Amino acid sequence: MGILGQTAIFPAQATTTAARVDMLFFFLCTMCGAVGLLVAVLLIYFSVRYRRRPGDSPLPPPETHSSHALEWFWTITPFFIFIVMFLWGAVVYVDAYRPPDESLRIYGIGKQWMWKFQHPEGQREINTLHLPLGRPVQILLTSEDVIHSFFVPEFRVHMDVLPNRYTSVWFQTTRPGTYHLFCSQYCGTNHAGMIGTAVVMEPAQFENWLALHAEGSLALDGRKVFLKYRCVSCHSATENARAPVLEGLYRRPVHLTTGQTVIADEAYIRESILQPGAKIVAGWENLMPTFRGQISEEEIYALIAYFRSLKRGETPPRVEDYPPPTATPEINATQINPAGAKPTSATPTPANPKAAKP
Amino acid sequence: MTTATLVQPEQQPAPRTERENYLNVAYGVVSWLLTKDHKRIALLYLISVTVMFFIGGFAISVVRLHLLTPEGGLVSADTYNRLFTMHGVLMVFFFLVPVVPTVLGNFCLPLMIGAKDLAFPRLNLISWYLYMAGGVWTLYAMLTEGVDTGWTFYTPYSSQSTHYNVVLTLIGLVLAGFSSMATGINFIVTVHWMRAPGMTWFRLPIFVWTIYATSCIFLLAVPVLAMALILVILERLFHIGVFDPALGGDPLLFQHLFWFYSHPAVYIMILPGMGIVSEVIPCFARKALYGYSFVAYSSLGIAFLSFLVWAHHMFVAGISLYSALLFSSLSFLVAVPSAIKVFNWTATLYKGSIVFETPMLFCLGFVSLFTVGGLTGLFLATLGMDIHVHDTYFVIAHFHFIMVGGMVMAYMGGLHYWWPKMTGRLYSQFWSRLAALIIFVGFFLTFVPQFVVGYNGMPRRYFRYVPEFQVWNVLSSAGASILAAGYVLPLCYFLYSLRYGKRAGDNPWQATGLEWQTGSPPPRDNFEATPVVVRGPYEYHTGKAQNDP
Repeated sequence: MGILGQTAIFPAQATTTAARVDMLFFFLCTMCGAVGLLVAVLLIYFSVRYRRRPGDSPLPPPETHSSHALEWFWTITPFFIFIVMFLWGAVVYVDAYRPPDESLRIYGIGKQWMWKFQHPEGQREINTLHLPLGRPVQILLTSEDVIHSFFVPEFRVHMDVLPNRYTSVWFQTTRPGTYHLFCSQYCGTNHAGMIGTAVVMEPAQFENWLALHAEGSLALDGRKVFLKYRCVSCHSATENARAPVLEGLYRRPVHLTTGQTVIADEAYIRESILQPGAKIVAGWENLMPTFRGQISEEEIYALIAYFRSLKRGETPPRVEDYPPPTATPEINATQINPAGAKPTSATPTPANPKAAKP
Repeated sequence: MTTATLVQPEQQPAPRTERENYLNVAYGVVSWLLTKDHKRIALLYLISVTVMFFIGGFAISVVRLHLLTPEGGLVSADTYNRLFTMHGVLMVFFFLVPVVPTVLGNFCLPLMIGAKDLAFPRLNLISWYLYMAGGVWTLYAMLTEGVDTGWTFYTPYSSQSTHYNVVLTLIGLVLAGFSSMATGINFIVTVHWMRAPGMTWFRLPIFVWTIYATSCIFLLAVPVLAMALILVILERLFHIGVFDPALGGDPLLFQHLFWFYSHPAVYIMILPGMGIVSEVIPCFARKALYGYSFVAYSSLGIAFLSFLVWAHHMFVAGISLYSALLFSSLSFLVAVPSAIKVFNWTATLYKGSIVFETPMLFCLGFVSLFTVGGLTGLFLATLGMDIHVHDTYFVIAHFHFIMVGGMVMAYMGGLHYWWPKMTGRLYSQFWSRLAALIIFVGFFLTFVPQFVVGYNGMPRRYFRYVPEFQVWNVLSSAGASILAAGYVLPLCYFLYSLRYGKRAGDNPWQATGLEWQTGSPPPRDNFEATPVVVRGPYEYHTGKAQNDP
């Protein structure tokens, strides 16, 4: 095929968002094209019509008084056109910002210079992202080093990938195919090499692919992580637990010692693992050491997937073979602070999930 | 058509010995390096920014050559990254930001308001030395080891990841920032206190209004940039955790601080360009500027609103939904005063008597290219559009339409307009018109393909790209080579005119502004007697200058 045959003219529409972004694009092209054309025509017409000709009177042309009505007309008119543009753009953006609840959750990590993805059923990929056709997909994103950006032109979505923070992007694919996944935020030497492939497959094919690459599940991986770091020593969901119970925690409100209430979302879970002192659950003392530097981003993702699936009564039994983490004092919480540490009536029993903390 | 059609017989320069002017009052290197004359300092700046422009232009020429093929075999990835960084840093901080205020503003502002000099001549000289110190320092950092962060210096890449010479580069930028602040203070005080008798605020040429607005932005925004850059320096050197998440910092904070300066900086760059166009179009259409007060107030409106739109660079950076909505709506608001200006410039041509001298060609080029740049800016301000085109070549094309198509065209227009005043010589009309044409055509060919390739999804700062994008990149590089020729041409005929150009006479364009009512080149103290201003700046229908009784 010749070079012109494969030249990009207009990107294919591969998601529901793409069609909406393109509609907006054509609208903007029409409006701006009309205004641009108007200015161009006037510039050319005036330049030709009012050019100085050899036989013209040497006197300067008479004064033209500027019309305030005209000034206000071309001040107000663009203003109203802009309001329409703003509102249309805002609607598309808001919808692209909020994933539907039933979205398939995929976990993505950017690092210099590759993309890593984890599927809920445990499949892991590097620089390739398999996606089911027609199903809303949300990709939770974080970076292990500098800022990257997730960009698939055919999907018309774009989201920066930040270290120490979760961002997310969602889309619903409409067209099977193989698409470039670019990093669009400059990230160092091989920024241009940080290109992955997004593969959109028919649902049956996708299930097939998942089955071929099955590795248990991400939640199961999370359970292993939960045991590996001995989280269960304290978050044991028993009578004398030293830390809040985590069953049913995900997306529930959590009451803090400061009197605030936060939702136990991905960002909260991540922060509580890496910076346990930041938000302390009401009625509990902070005994937890930080896991920063020990736990990887993949493992945190696995834990999040685990907590999403963790239901009442499912916390694994405490493994008594291992002593609790060394940073945790060997004494019971009541002995440290007899007044406040022991859960009181306001604080949860192990079965009460609302005030739990990883 | 030649200039002869414009120059009235009585204004033909008489063959006489040269009058005393700022160029021939003293000779020698010291008389230039220690000068306190705003006109000489303007020429010092002219030489410095021109050198910076050509170095920055050379860097991007290599980049465009490299991008001829998808694999980009010309330079290594690291060299490529250092080249585009050098291009961005030099062009933004050492050319676009200072060029019009320090060259044309420095030269013309005192002349236009009927003053002998700026309010603080020594401060003016110091600001040139600060600019030179920053410039030489940055050039040294760039040419020895280089820096590969892009001109935006996003953290944590700049503060932690890159092993190139960020600290040295940033020190240079901070120095140059102090230069801008000194210039800003100087201009503001001058406009307030040094206007000639009768020069009321609403008799000021629009160029003075825009330089004034620009100076206000300098004073308010540059300190924030200096602070943010110093924090990056401290974080690199001492690992204080401000931006680096590994140290407990917030990488987005840097983007907020950086754009809090760098968005107003866009208007620092474009406002003086708008001022030039507002001088040149009335002069060559022989009409008063249409809607003077609307144009004047819209300059101040732009300066004010420019501080409230910075986060539109961050719509997909992980800011909250509500701040995205707020900053998008404010960004549309700042487009209104720009639209007002375009309509007023166009209306100024109505029923005029238009001649197409070179400055006019550049300024008409400005209006058309700036209009395209402004309209594509609306695409980026639209939230639902930005989620697709953010950080692609669409953005590159958009801001080059504003910065190069707009700003550099306007600067060229201004330079061609005031060159006879600055040097007393006329340049070749044929070659300069040809240059205007070449630059216009080359510009379109360079950047229109980038809109297309951007919408197709080519991200910026890629040293190699997928083959689908090649045709557009080849077109763009071809345009860039035409553009480069267009920029070298003025260098040649301007230098030629210094020695062989025809004498310009005091007022070759028969303009009404005060700066034209004195010698070309002007005497050391600008005017032989302080002018008394009796009318507005653009009363071309009366044929009378601002100080004609």
